[in-house]
Amino acid sequence: MSAVAKLLPGGVPRPSAFVVRFGLVAVSLLLVAPAVLSDFRLSLLAKFLCFAILAIGIGLAWGQGGMLVLGQGLFFGLGGYCMGMHMKLAEAPAGQLPDFMTWSGVEQLPLLWEPFRSAWFAVPAAIVVPMALAALLGYAIFRQRVRGAYFAILQQALAGAFVIVLVGNQGLTGGTNGLTNFQSFFGLSVSHPADQKILYLIVASVLLIVFLGTRELVLGRYGRLLVAVRDDEDRVRFLGYDPTRIKVVAYVLAAGLAGLAGALFVPVVGIISPALLGIVPSIEMVIWVALGGRTALAWAAAGAVIVNWAKTSISEQYPSTWLYLQGLLFVLVILFLPKGIAGAVEHIRGYAGRLALLRTRRRRIGGPGAATASPSEEVA
Amino acid sequence: MSAELLRIRGLVVAFDAFHAIDGLDLSLHEHEVRFVIGPNGAGKTTLIDAITHLVRVTSGSIVFAGQELVGQSEHAIVRTGIGRTFQKPSVFDELTVLENVDIAAAFRQPFRALLRRRKGVSEEVAAAMDSVNLTAHADARAGALSHGQKQWLEVAMVLVQRPRLLLLDEPVAGMTQSERLQTGELVTRIAQEGTTVLVVEHDMDFVRRFAHRVTVMHEGKILTEGSVADVQRNETVREVYLGRPRDARGAAEVPA
Repeated sequence: MSAVAKLLPGGVPRPSAFVVRFGLVAVSLLLVAPAVLSDFRLSLLAKFLCFAILAIGIGLAWGQGGMLVLGQGLFFGLGGYCMGMHMKLAEAPAGQLPDFMTWSGVEQLPLLWEPFRSAWFAVPAAIVVPMALAALLGYAIFRQRVRGAYFAILQQALAGAFVIVLVGNQGLTGGTNGLTNFQSFFGLSVSHPADQKILYLIVASVLLIVFLGTRELVLGRYGRLLVAVRDDEDRVRFLGYDPTRIKVVAYVLAAGLAGLAGALFVPVVGIISPALLGIVPSIEMVIWVALGGRTALAWAAAGAVIVNWAKTSISEQYPSTWLYLQGLLFVLVILFLPKGIAGAVEHIRGYAGRLALLRTRRRRIGGPGAATASPSEEVA
Repeated sequence: MSAELLRIRGLVVAFDAFHAIDGLDLSLHEHEVRFVIGPNGAGKTTLIDAITHLVRVTSGSIVFAGQELVGQSEHAIVRTGIGRTFQKPSVFDELTVLENVDIAAAFRQPFRALLRRRKGVSEEVAAAMDSVNLTAHADARAGALSHGQKQWLEVAMVLVQRPRLLLLDEPVAGMTQSERLQTGELVTRIAQEGTTVLVVEHDMDFVRRFAHRVTVMHEGKILTEGSVADVQRNETVREVYLGRPRDARGAAEVPA
């Protein structure tokens, strides 16, 4: 930060630490990564950034709002299928059905698919459908004051039921295989490297915008209220607020972000299938956020990228070890780093700060400032 | 005499067979400061809890400014203009003092307004923090405050909502002598500004110093009502406080 400050001429207001950090991340994602990563790695990163969008939603609902959303696979899937259905229809030859329908003996396009011909319907639907469902569910759940473990188990059940419905309706959803064999996305070829790079840039930009928007919300009055509800829901009632409404909003936004992530995931990865959405994947999504740090949105997003990057690199070398390692990591984080990597960084910073303080104290030992310097500086 | 603001008739709060409040009638008039005293388990806190729907009312009616409160949800009751504090100070530890007061102040704002960031400190928030001497601690985490300061913060949070009726549950418990004095003066000032106040208090010294009208509760009922001097002269009140129960039930211990 000080280096940047020195570059600026006098009189120009110094950018805040946040602006500098955000700028660095934005430059790395939008300029550096496309320049240095291979096509293969870049499209992997695009996939991880989709997960990061979803993780920001979990950071909002769980980290800020205390709702353990253990079934985000449901909303991720809804977004993914909305987008997938549109892409399938868009690339099916005129007058023909999507390929998997023909294989399952479906002869007429199911009514549910009809509106997804239009991108104007499908793209908003990928976000609005998960949000609408979350609004209905959330209102019913939170009004009944269902919370804690009961809420988490309910989320799991929803994700599980969703997968059963998907698998059971082969002709409508592609069953276990899901929707795959995509060729193009709004004129972009999903397999051509140059087009993949554009897709990557779209995902990275969406992530940055989503992060900024969610951060604004968290720093606003609503964000403070959400934390208040997390820490003492009943107390908030006696301030004249209905916690149901406050919680529903965060839950719905998290669902919308999961849907958005799912919609971007389909063109980036080229598949959406029940195996990506069930109970176990939904738990994994929460693990990313737990590892990164649930109370800091940026770290929640980073957690998704770091865990998935580790998963890919380790699985490439030792194919069968990742699952054990992930379990071990999760246990270690719960035991020693309840605030995730964010907590560890905070800790190290605090330690470094105290070290620096000690050093300055030693230098001016006996000096007048030595004794009075402590309280405020240690906090900083 | 000024208008009746709160009218409680035949109030019963039963926990299974035990009646914490057992057919209570109480009227509060506008601009009145009423102290409610009574031995442990008399049902004083339960009375506040029943008015604010923290506990379920078994039967009876509570009418506030012409509206029936029984059956309304907690936040709706607060919105009719009733504020309360708790025995154990309950503020949001993770938020700063300023943020605590600010979210309390914003409770009547439309939801859309809550989505924006707070710009500066509004006058009423600043005034509320000032009235409880917490301005210097505005940016401190509420969790770092002392017990007495937390209680004051809670008072500031309820004051900034400008309630017509303020229910204080043992506001000076755990406070130092000087904090007690300041709190008493604050209560007097709030009342002078036109808020009706009901104070549940244990500390007889505090009651003697700041109360005008006192209601004595015993076993879920009103024992007597009057000035501090009247109440102190009352034979039955003395018996109750000295622990000589007049009947077989005795002074039942109820968790507060």
